[in-house]
Amino acid sequence: MRSFPLEIVLEAVANGLLTGAVYGLVALGLTLVYGVLHIINFAHGALLTMAMYAAWVCWAAFGLDPYVAILPLVPVFFVLGYATQRLVIGPASQGDDSNIMLVTLGLSIVLENAMLAVFRSDTLSVQVPYAMEVIEAGPMLLSFPRVVGFGVAFVVAAVLFVILTMTDTGRAIRAVAKERTGAALVGIDVGHIYAVTFGIGTACLAVAACLLLPSFYVSPRVGNAFVLVAFTIVVLGGMGSVPGALIGGLFIGVVESLSGLYFGDSLGQLGIFIIFILVLLFRPTGLFGAKA
Amino acid sequence: MPTAFTPSRRAVLLGAAGALAAPAVLRAQPAPIKLGILQPVTGALAQDGEYGRLGAELAIAELNATGGIRALGGAQIQMVFGDARSSPEGGVAEVERMNSEGVVAVVGGFASPICLAASQAAARYDLPYIVDVGVADTITTRGLRNTFRFSPGFGSITAAALDNLVKVNDGAGKPARTVVVVHEDGLFGSGMARLMAAELPKRGFEILETISHPTPSRDMSNVALRIRALNPDLIIPSSYYGEFVLLSRTLQQRRIRPKGIYAVLNGAASNYRFVREFPEAANLVMDVNHWADPRKPKTAELRRIVEAQNRYWLFNTPMNYSAVMLFADALERAGRADRNAVIEALARTDGAFTRHIMPYGPTNFVNGQNQSGQAVNTQVIDNDVKVIFPAEFADARPVFPWPA
Repeated sequence: MRSFPLEIVLEAVANGLLTGAVYGLVALGLTLVYGVLHIINFAHGALLTMAMYAAWVCWAAFGLDPYVAILPLVPVFFVLGYATQRLVIGPASQGDDSNIMLVTLGLSIVLENAMLAVFRSDTLSVQVPYAMEVIEAGPMLLSFPRVVGFGVAFVVAAVLFVILTMTDTGRAIRAVAKERTGAALVGIDVGHIYAVTFGIGTACLAVAACLLLPSFYVSPRVGNAFVLVAFTIVVLGGMGSVPGALIGGLFIGVVESLSGLYFGDSLGQLGIFIIFILVLLFRPTGLFGAKA
Repeated sequence: MPTAFTPSRRAVLLGAAGALAAPAVLRAQPAPIKLGILQPVTGALAQDGEYGRLGAELAIAELNATGGIRALGGAQIQMVFGDARSSPEGGVAEVERMNSEGVVAVVGGFASPICLAASQAAARYDLPYIVDVGVADTITTRGLRNTFRFSPGFGSITAAALDNLVKVNDGAGKPARTVVVVHEDGLFGSGMARLMAAELPKRGFEILETISHPTPSRDMSNVALRIRALNPDLIIPSSYYGEFVLLSRTLQQRRIRPKGIYAVLNGAASNYRFVREFPEAANLVMDVNHWADPRKPKTAELRRIVEAQNRYWLFNTPMNYSAVMLFADALERAGRADRNAVIEALARTDGAFTRHIMPYGPTNFVNGQNQSGQAVNTQVIDNDVKVIFPAEFADARPVFPWPA
């Protein structure tokens, strides 16, 4: 193992934190859907890819900056997520959780191949003037799109926190998450809340997609690379925990960055999955997860 | 009383019809020659396959418009297209179909695994197979008499890459001594990295480190940080398109400027898409790759046609154009649309075959491999891909080391 000067290690940590915040955002949608619907959404990666293509189309066809595209894409993807749960996943699952898993898996295959058919397998990227801008922070050079991603991820987490704790819908979501039958008994429309939660999860992906696009490329399978990491984050942070997802994301980002620096990028992923196994062994509820 | 011959009305009509029909019989078109064009136009290699097909189409259109195959009475060439679906199995299935449709030869394949499998399938039917791009050395060392490769193989490309690196460096007064090799961790990148590790020290270069990365990679920040810590004179990348673009953009962002980036068979550095989309990151990157001969007028003509269709000028197009021209040349010399005759004619191809646009010397096949096929060194200069080596084909001088 090599030793690196302190400033290089610090920069790797900073990179990890910045990247980790966006990982956290992807994990946020996943953890929310798990916490409320108690399902693992295998279509999460395909939906992220779809959101990235949507942001790309906004840029390529309408000249919309990816950051501006957040505004139209969030409602669009909320509705899309809502409709997917209400019209596809809900009815197809017939009320059985194991069916839902298969339905989302099937959905991801359909979506991925539809995108392959429409956009072909080529990688696409956007050219924005700030893509390669850096912010000088002392000796460190921080990528501008990543700093923006970091900031926006926290704003989204804060907004989500406010929605969940202070609005009626948020309280209903938490009620359904805790006790579905009880929530139904007091008059909460569980089907509607499920769909709203799925919609919020998908809207988070739309934000993440717009944050990723300026410094990343999109291809029909790009979402999977992020979702595998997001699964680890959800387990680490505690299934269903919003702060857990964000803090877990930051942690995983730093682990990935440092293990990439010291062991090379081919082995960088190793650190993530060792943590995944350790958490499952010693703290299966995750850092912030409630006892099952 | 003399009797004059008065032809009947029917005889006159018949005669007239015969007179009209005769020239048509004389000018009867010979049967078209079916040529199989195999390219992966769906799946992971779709972009390359599309550009390969384009080259074959342009060659066939040109041949047909300029009198067809003269030795066969001006026979037209009819394309039988097959989609290899980016897999060896797909390639084999299409060769089987082409064979049953009666093609005289197959051209294409693009990727080495497809070329290996498809040429082997074609060998069972004594069907001539001309490889367009696939570089694996085994393609022409298996002893298949039907398989021909006009372009260079991996061994000759890498040997030229190393020799030319020394020449570029020596020509500039040896500014580069230390090297970092960045490679994707699959078969292609790792193989190249091993070769570099074995050969570079013999040529006076010191490899500071070999950094591998997976495909796909989300991020090249760590690779860039390590490169910054190592501060090499030269970076030698062997990665696919997406990762190399990410790496060069990250290097640019982190203000890491080595004395040069010298890629070998890189997916991006000889790709106009990279040059157009990220001109600053692409600027002055060198590559050793297939490339059309910039000094032939036909190259410029084809490039204009391709760019007029809003497409990029990639090497796949001139390589397939040239491979189809090679087939046409062999067919002219064979004098009949017979597979074995074409195989024998291909094997005897020599310097008289000049209708290609690759930067190769006089054609000379040994065991199916064109001995004069060679890769060239290219460099992105002024938003254009220029040939800098070998000198007889170059249209620019290398910019090395990079200006500070």
